[in-house]
Amino acid sequence: MATYDFLFDGLGLREWCDAGRTGDGPLSMADLLAKGGAGRETPWWDLPFPSLDALNEACGRIAQSRDATKGVEEGFLAIKDALRFVLDPLTQPLSWILEFALLVFEAAPWWVMFPLLMAVVYLATKSVRLIVFVTACLAFLAFIDHYGFAMQTLAIIFVCAFLCVLFGVPIGIAMSRSDRMQRMTIPVLDMLQTLPPFVYLIPLIFLFSVTEPKLYGIAIILYAIVPVIRLTDLGIRLVDRDVIEAADSFGVTDRQKLFGVQIPLALPNIMAGVNQTIMMSLAMVVIASLVSAPGLGVLVLRGIRNLELGVGLVSGLGIVLLAIILDRVTKAALDRVNAAQKI
Amino acid sequence: MTDKIKIAIRSLYKIFGDDPEGALEHVRAGVGKTELLERHGHVLGLQDIDVDMREGDITVIMGLSGSGKSTLIRHLNRLIEPTAGQVEVDGEDVLAYGEERLRSLRREAMSMVFQKFALLPHRTVAENAGTTLQVRGVRQRDYLAEARKWLERVGLTGYENHYPHQLSGGMQQRVGIARALTSNSPIMLMDEAFSALDPLIRTDMQDLLLELQKELHKTIVFITHDLDEALKLADRLVILKDGYIVQQDEPQHILLNPNDPYIEDFVSDINRARVLRVRSIMTPLGGGAPPAEAQGEVDFNDTLESMITRSGGDTSHSYVVVQEGAPVGVLEMTNLVKALVPRAASEAGARKY
Repeated sequence: MATYDFLFDGLGLREWCDAGRTGDGPLSMADLLAKGGAGRETPWWDLPFPSLDALNEACGRIAQSRDATKGVEEGFLAIKDALRFVLDPLTQPLSWILEFALLVFEAAPWWVMFPLLMAVVYLATKSVRLIVFVTACLAFLAFIDHYGFAMQTLAIIFVCAFLCVLFGVPIGIAMSRSDRMQRMTIPVLDMLQTLPPFVYLIPLIFLFSVTEPKLYGIAIILYAIVPVIRLTDLGIRLVDRDVIEAADSFGVTDRQKLFGVQIPLALPNIMAGVNQTIMMSLAMVVIASLVSAPGLGVLVLRGIRNLELGVGLVSGLGIVLLAIILDRVTKAALDRVNAAQKI
Repeated sequence: MTDKIKIAIRSLYKIFGDDPEGALEHVRAGVGKTELLERHGHVLGLQDIDVDMREGDITVIMGLSGSGKSTLIRHLNRLIEPTAGQVEVDGEDVLAYGEERLRSLRREAMSMVFQKFALLPHRTVAENAGTTLQVRGVRQRDYLAEARKWLERVGLTGYENHYPHQLSGGMQQRVGIARALTSNSPIMLMDEAFSALDPLIRTDMQDLLLELQKELHKTIVFITHDLDEALKLADRLVILKDGYIVQQDEPQHILLNPNDPYIEDFVSDINRARVLRVRSIMTPLGGGAPPAEAQGEVDFNDTLESMITRSGGDTSHSYVVVQEGAPVGVLEMTNLVKALVPRAASEAGARKY
């Protein structure tokens, strides 16, 4: 006798339940255990929550919990092919870009890469101190023969962060212009931000081949795009209403208002979003080494798998150095924007 | 100064709320502001506004905060849409304009100066001043040249390449005025333009505006909550209270004939000797000969303050009032003294000239 028999008896559903009892489904561990102690009365303080499994005991028509999990899996597998048919060609360029970037970063000799990166840092920050710092960090990584791995990681971050900005800023602008769009987008962003990074990888592995770079590319972009969208939206919404009104009073077009007033005035916030996006790309690129993303993450993974303490710690240090470099450079760029806009 | 009506506002209503049309019916049926808010949940912004603004005049709209003055000025360039009524500029109904016409009205016919300056922080002073031309598609070299010209006119030479945050409040508002002037529009809307400035700087800016106006003859609509400022600038004064017009007239006349206790309160603290002019309190000659015993001639537009100084406080004096060389009236010092006291002045039948 199951605990919730009374419920179905009381509702007069007994016949309906028994008609559906097939009894030939696979036994779960709980079933097996229950068989041993069958017939015993359940004491009242052990009353189980009316979960699917508890109800199933009383009425065979109610599905078991494992069926629910199975349903999700089957549902996903059912739409997988269709989804893949659409997404595969759409995302193919991402694979090409990533492969190309990795190729370039690996192929370029260090004596080309160093001055190039120094130039980028100078353009972004106009700070000699930062150039010295960045060069010293990279030189250290190269000195301990982690240069190649670091460049792979950097290549992936550059591509993914760039794409995040490319898609994130327009999405943020659209959100800022329509409250309905904002209401629809925020739950999605909340979900992307709270899903544990590993969970992104599960459906992606089923959708795409593990050997393709776009697999980790998509995971990184989904994870890292959130802050740039949010802060673009916020930044544009925070633009001084008086300035917007002034612009309107001079007869600006929507386009002039967006590019001449809203985006420039939202730039400090957008830049803060870009900084966050880059930092989150870096976090995800390490996890993405689980699905064949190259770079320093691979070494960290090796350190964990093979318990190679030194390898793991040194590559971890490399990641920290990269993080500091990226953070300092983007923050310095942000400060420059802020300084120009002080009100 | 011509008599041409540049801007005409006709029975304008503005009601804020979910169903302004419905609430308008109640207002037309005589429901007041407080009752409309309590019983129907709508805010009455403006109520049956009729104003004519003459070309080349400074029309000052004055009222305390919440009187609807900022709402009113925003109807002129349709930053706010009215619930009912007409706004005509040069005889054309602005409310009938489509997006394109409205934009060209804002670009070419009107420019606005704001209380909080509303400059673009990421652009230099010259670029800011040139914004009004830039949005019309004028090339950078041309609009910067025009901007420099007007910046020089408002006294900001040498600051062209500074950023707004490097300037003081008064200087920022000079940029705001230069920006409005650069657009070269015949109408200037000034929304509490000087209210955020220190008193001394405010006086400077008022003088600057009057000086510019002497030369440019724009049609200026000036919003303020400060009566002194209103009296100093206004050719015509419109006093708003709770969204309706209490009185509109030449400032001198309002001062001498306040038609509402609200305005009496308002004007009671004013230094009347400085604001009132001889023309407002003189006895017109009406074709007769000027009296022989007069102590001298005074100008039509002299202030009473200067007359007190001149007569040495002697109330037995009288003067012949002269307008452009011809005698037009007699000023009795006793009348002048009476005019200095608010109540007595209006009861003694001080006449509108």
